[in-house]
Amino acid sequence: MGSTVNQSPGKAEIAAPESRFKGLMKQLIRNKSSLFGGIILIFFLLIALSTVLSQWIPGWNFSLMTHSPTSTDVLNRFAPPSADHWFGTDQNGRDIYSRIIFGTHLTIWIGTSAVLIGAVFGIFFGLLAGYYGKIWDTIIMRAADILLAFPGILLALAIVSALGASMNNVIIALSIYNIPVFARIVRGSVLEVKNIEYVEAIRALGARDGKIIFQHILPNVSSPIIVQASLQIATTILSAAGLSFLGVGVQPPLPEWGAMLNDGRSYMWDNPHLTIFPGIAIVLLVLAFNMLGDGLRDALDPRSKK
Amino acid sequence: MTTPLFEAKNLQKYFPVKGGILNRTQAQVKAVDDVSFAINPGETLSIVGESGCGKSTTGRAILRLDDPTDGEILFEGQNLMELSKSDLRQKRKEMQIIFQDPYASLNPRQKVKQILDEAMAIQGVVPKAKRPERIRELMEVVGLRPEQAERYPFQFSGGQRQRIGIARALSVDPKLIVCDEAVSALDVSTQAQVLNLLKKLQKDLDLTYLFISHDLGVVRHISDRVIVMYLGKIVEIADKKDLFDSPRHPYTRALLSAIPIPDPSKTRERIVLQGDVPSPMNPPSGCRFHTRCPFATDICKTEEPELRSTTFMNETHKAACHHIEKIAETEKTSIV
Repeated sequence: MGSTVNQSPGKAEIAAPESRFKGLMKQLIRNKSSLFGGIILIFFLLIALSTVLSQWIPGWNFSLMTHSPTSTDVLNRFAPPSADHWFGTDQNGRDIYSRIIFGTHLTIWIGTSAVLIGAVFGIFFGLLAGYYGKIWDTIIMRAADILLAFPGILLALAIVSALGASMNNVIIALSIYNIPVFARIVRGSVLEVKNIEYVEAIRALGARDGKIIFQHILPNVSSPIIVQASLQIATTILSAAGLSFLGVGVQPPLPEWGAMLNDGRSYMWDNPHLTIFPGIAIVLLVLAFNMLGDGLRDALDPRSKK
Repeated sequence: MTTPLFEAKNLQKYFPVKGGILNRTQAQVKAVDDVSFAINPGETLSIVGESGCGKSTTGRAILRLDDPTDGEILFEGQNLMELSKSDLRQKRKEMQIIFQDPYASLNPRQKVKQILDEAMAIQGVVPKAKRPERIRELMEVVGLRPEQAERYPFQFSGGQRQRIGIARALSVDPKLIVCDEAVSALDVSTQAQVLNLLKKLQKDLDLTYLFISHDLGVVRHISDRVIVMYLGKIVEIADKKDLFDSPRHPYTRALLSAIPIPDPSKTRERIVLQGDVPSPMNPPSGCRFHTRCPFATDICKTEEPELRSTTFMNETHKAACHHIEKIAETEKTSIV
C-alpha cells in the first residue's frame, strides 16, 4: 500500500482488505505454535494429495506407500518395524505404514467435508435466527440446544446406527453434529453486527434483506466462522476416529486410523505397534488443526490478544 | 402556513421487557409516548433532551428503522406505516439518516466509491455509467478530494468519515435527512466544519433536517425550530429564538440554565434539578416532570398537561405545563 499519502507515522497500521490475507499469513508465521501446526498440516495434506493423485491419474505414481494397504501376507503377521515394513505389520500381515499413508486422505476428507457441510447449514440457520430473530430464533436455537444437549459422539453414534455404518453416513452424522455449533456462533456474531450503524445505513437506503445479509453481515462475521471451522475439523476427526474405533464408522478393510486402532486393540499388549502408529497419526493431525485454529483466532480476533 | 413535508402523529414506540419463566412481556418501556410534530420543507427542526428521553428512538421510528408501536408517520401526506415492504424500500430514497459514530457507520471492507456506488445502485437513482462522475461530484460537495474515493474508511479521520456518511446520504437525493447526533462524536473544531457543511448543503440542495442532539450549543447554531423532550414526551416546541430567549417549560429552563456563558463576569441563576430521571418503564402519573419540578402542585400529579400556547406566547410556541402563566409571573422580575 504505497499510495497512502496522509498516513501519519506512528499511527497503528491497519491493513487494507487486500493485504488482509498477507497480514494474516505474517501473523500466523510469527506465532510459533500456529507455524508448527501449519507445517504438520501441510505435511499431511501432501501425503493425502499424493495418494489421491496416484489413484486418479493413471500411469502416475507419486504414492508414498511401500506396499498395498490392503494386501495380506499371512506368513508375515505381527512383524515388528523393520526396513521392509517401517511401522511393522498387523494381524493380517498388512503394512501399517502404507495403511496410515492411505488413511490420511480418508481422515482429512471426513473431517473437512463434515465440517464444510455442517458449516454451510449452520451458517444458513445462524443467519436466519440472528437476522430475523423472533420465532425463527426461538425455533432454530431451541433445536440447536436439543442437538447440543447430546454428547457429540453419542449423537453421531445414534445417527450412524440409524443410517447404517459407512463412510458417507459417518460424514452425514458428523455434519449434523456440526450444524448447531456453527449456527450458534453465527447467530451470536450476527446479533452483534446487525445493529452496527453501517448495516443500518444500508437498511435506511432501502437494500433488500438478501443484500444486507450476504454482502454486509456475512463478510463481517467470517472471522469467528473460520476459526471455529479449523478447530471443529480437529474435533470431527477425533469423533470420526471414535466412531471407527467403536466399529460403526468406516468399515474394514478401509484403513481409517480409528478403525486401525480398533483392529489393534486386541493385540495391544504383545504388539503395541499396531496401535501406537495410528494413534500418533491421529494425535499429530488433531494437534495441527488445533494449533492452527488457535493461531487463527489470535490473528483474527483482536480482543483475544495479550 | 405551508404544508409540512413530514408529520408524525401520536407516534409511540414501546419496547417490551420480557422476563419470567415463560418469557412473557412483563412491562413496556415507553421510549416515545404519543409524540406529534411536523417538519416544514427547508427547515431544520431539532430535538433536544438528555440521554434516554427518546429523541433517537423518535428519529429511528420515523424512518421505520425500528417500527413504531403506534401512530402515523406522514411523508408528503403519505402514511409510511401503511406502505408495503417494497414500497417502503423505494420511499427510503426520500429520507436518509446520518449516524453519530463515524467509525461504525461505514463498512470497513468497502472503498468509499463502493459505498457510494452501492447506495445509488440500491435506489437506481443514477445509471451505472454516470455513477463515477456522480461519485466525484459528491466527494467535492462534501469537501473531500475525488481521488480519495479510492480509499478505505480506516484511512480517514473522524470528521472526514462523517463527510463520507453525509455523501452517502446525499447520493440518493433525499428531501429529509435525520441527523442522529451527527456531530456529537467529533471534536469541537470538526463539529463546526461539519455543521457549516450541513448548513451549506441545506441551502444549496433544499434539504430538510431533523436534527437530534443533546448539545444545546449545536442546536442553537443550526436549528430553525426546537423540540424539547423529556421521558418520551414533547415538553416544549418553539422557534429557536423563542425557546432560547423565553423558555416556558420548567424543564427547558433548567436545561438552558446549564449552558455555560462564555463571560466570567456574568452570572446566571443555575436551576439544579433534584433527583434522577424516573424510569421510562414506570413513568410518573400526570405530568412526567412533576417529581423534579420546583413548581409542581397537586394538579401536576394527576392531570397530564397538553401542549398549549397562551396569550403572551407566539402561536408556534407551545409548552406542556399547567403553570405557564404562574411561572412567567414569578420570573418576570428576574429575567437575565
